[in-house]
Amino acid sequence: MNQNLEQRALAEKDMPSKARLLAALSNRFRMEIFDVLHKKQTGHWGGSASACDIVTALYFHRMRLDPLVPLWEDRDRFVLSKGHASPLLYTVLAHRGYFPPPLLGSFRDLDSSLQGHPCMNKTPGVDMSTGALGHGISVGVGMALAARLKQKNFKTYVMVGEGCLDEGQSWEALMSAGKFKPWGLTLLVDNNDVQLDGTSREIMPLEPLGDKLRAFGWNVAPALYDGNNMQDIFTSFEALDAMEFWPKAVLYKTAKGKGVSFMEGKSAWHGAPIDKDSYEAGRPELVSAFERALAEVR
Amino acid sequence: MGETMRDSFGKYLVDIGATRSEVVVMDADVSSSTKSSYFAKAYPDRFFNLGVAEANLVDVAAGLATAGLRPVVNAFAIFLALKSTDQIRNVLAYNSLPVVLAGAYGGLSDSFDGASHQSIEDVAIMRAIPGLQVLVPADAGEMRLALDYALGQDGPVYIRLTRNEAPALASRPESLAITKIRKLTSGGDVTIAATGLCVAMALQAAESLRAQGKNAEVLDVTCIKPLDADALAASVAKTGHLVTAEEHTVIGGLGSACAEALSERGLPFCLKRVGVADRFTESGPYERLLAKYGISAEAIVRQAASIC
Ligand SMILES: Cc1ncc(C[n+]2csc(CCOP(=O)(O)OP(=O)(O)O)c2C)c(N)n1
Repeated sequence: MNQNLEQRALAEKDMPSKARLLAALSNRFRMEIFDVLHKKQTGHWGGSASACDIVTALYFHRMRLDPLVPLWEDRDRFVLSKGHASPLLYTVLAHRGYFPPPLLGSFRDLDSSLQGHPCMNKTPGVDMSTGALGHGISVGVGMALAARLKQKNFKTYVMVGEGCLDEGQSWEALMSAGKFKPWGLTLLVDNNDVQLDGTSREIMPLEPLGDKLRAFGWNVAPALYDGNNMQDIFTSFEALDAMEFWPKAVLYKTAKGKGVSFMEGKSAWHGAPIDKDSYEAGRPELVSAFERALAEVR
Repeated sequence: MGETMRDSFGKYLVDIGATRSEVVVMDADVSSSTKSSYFAKAYPDRFFNLGVAEANLVDVAAGLATAGLRPVVNAFAIFLALKSTDQIRNVLAYNSLPVVLAGAYGGLSDSFDGASHQSIEDVAIMRAIPGLQVLVPADAGEMRLALDYALGQDGPVYIRLTRNEAPALASRPESLAITKIRKLTSGGDVTIAATGLCVAMALQAAESLRAQGKNAEVLDVTCIKPLDADALAASVAKTGHLVTAEEHTVIGGLGSACAEALSERGLPFCLKRVGVADRFTESGPYERLLAKYGISAEAIVRQAASIC
C-alpha cells in the first residue's frame, strides 16, 4: 500500500481524501530525507523538513507537469530559491517519476546527478539551479514574463525562506514583479522563523512581511496558512485561485526541522550532519507521524 | 584530528578583540560556519550580523571604517567575491578604506555543497581590483600573521580562508614578512609556487620528485597581491621551470600572477599551472573532489615531470 500512495493521491478526486493521502506521502518523504541525510552525513534537514508538505502538494496536486517530458514547454515551473532544501526537491521529484528513487542514495556523491544544491542541467525536473540565495524571485519574474511573451499559460512558483529574503536582490525582484505584474507568478514563503545563525527575529527581522509584500505590489493570500498541514495548504491554494490579480504571494507558517521535536525551530539543525544518537532519537517520531497519517487513509 | 582553520580563525579574532577595541566583526548569517560566532559571543556589542545580505554587509563595514573602526567582514568567499564586488571595488578599494574581508570556505573546501558554493574565482576577482591586497594563508600560523598584517593596513585586504584543517607547516622565520615568499625547500630543477592548502601538496610533490632524482624548490606564496616577484624570479631564473598550484581556476589566480610577473622580466621559463581547468566543479568528499579537479600532490608531480 505504501508504494501506492503516490498513485492513489494522483488519482483521488475527493479533495479531503487527497489531502489525507498527500499528508501521508509527505510524512513518508520526511522520513526518507532524514534517512538519506543521516546516511550521507551532509545536507540540510531543517529547511527541507519545513517545506516538505508544501512542495509535495505542489508536485502531486497543484502543478501541471509531465515527469516523462521534464522540459515540456507548457509545464508549470518551480524555482526553489532556498536551494539548500535540495534533498526535499529531489525526493519529491524522484517519487513523482522524474528519476528512479534509488538514485536519492547518491545525494552529494562525486559524479552524482544530485548535486548539493539543485542543478537544472544535471537533474531532470529541476527548473532552475539555485544555491546562492536571492536569485529565485528574479528568475521567476523572467519565467512568468516569458509565458506572457510566448502566449503560454504555464504558472511559475517560487519558494523562499526568510534568509533568502534578506538578500537585496529579493527586494529588487519583488519590486520588478510589482511593476510588470506578470500573469501566473506565485511566491510561496516558507516562514519557519529560523535561518542559519538563529531566528529571523535575531538575525534580520522581516515582519510585517505581508504588509511589505503588499506595499511592493503583491497580492497576498488573506490568511497565514499552516504549511505543515495538508488541508490548510489546499485551502491556501483555493484562496490563491480566488484572487484576481498577479503577482500573488502566500505566507506559510512552518516549523524548521518539522517532525523531530528536539530539532524543531533550532538553527543548529539548519544544516548540521545528523549524528547517530539524534538519528536514533528522531526517527521513531517521524515513523509514528507517518503511521498516524497512513491510518487516516487505510 | 587537528583544528580547522576556521576554528583557529574564530578564536584568534577573539584574542584580537581583547586588545583592540576598534576591531568590529561582521557576518552575513553564516557566523556559525565562519566561526565569527566566537567573537559575537565574547563581544556582542562589537558584532553585527547583517543577515544573508553580503552587499549591504560590505558597505556597512565601509561606513564603520570611515569613522576609525576596523571591521573584519565574514562571509563565504564566493559570495564576497560575487555578491559584494561592487561594494568592494567602488566603496572599499576606491576610497582605501581599511576593511578586512575574510572569505570563508575558500576553494573547494565547501565540498559537499557543490559548485554554487565553491569559490574558484575569488582570487582572480579580488586581484583585479586596484589597491586590494590578496592573501591566502596555508595554515593557522599564516592565517594569524595575515590577519595581523591586514589589520595594520590603510586599505582593504582580502584573506581567503579554508573551511577545513590545514596541516601546520614549519613556522615562518619572524623576520620574513607575510607579504614575502617563503622558500620551503631548495632545488635547481623546478620551482613549485603554491598557495593555501596546495603548499602542503607541493611539499609532498617535492619528496616524490626527489625520489625521481629531481630537486624542486617549493615556494610558499601567501601574498598573491602584491606578489613578491623578486623572490619568484630569483628561483625561476635558477630552475627555468615553474609549476604553480592553487585551489582556484587556472585563470587569473596565482598561476596567472606568476606568469605575468616573470614574463615582464623577460625570463625564459616553462610553466604548468595546477588548478581547476575552465569548468564548474561539483559536490563530493573534499580530497576526492580536489583530485578529480586536478589538484593533488600527484598532479603537481605529473606537471613538474612533464617539463623537467
Ligand atoms: C548568498 C548566500 N549566502 C549565504 C548562504 C549560506 N546559507 C545557506 S542557507 C542560509 C540561511 C537560509 O535561511 P532561509 O532562507 O530562512 O532557509 P530555511 O530556514 O527555510 O532553510 C544561509 C545563510 C547561501 N546559500 N547563499
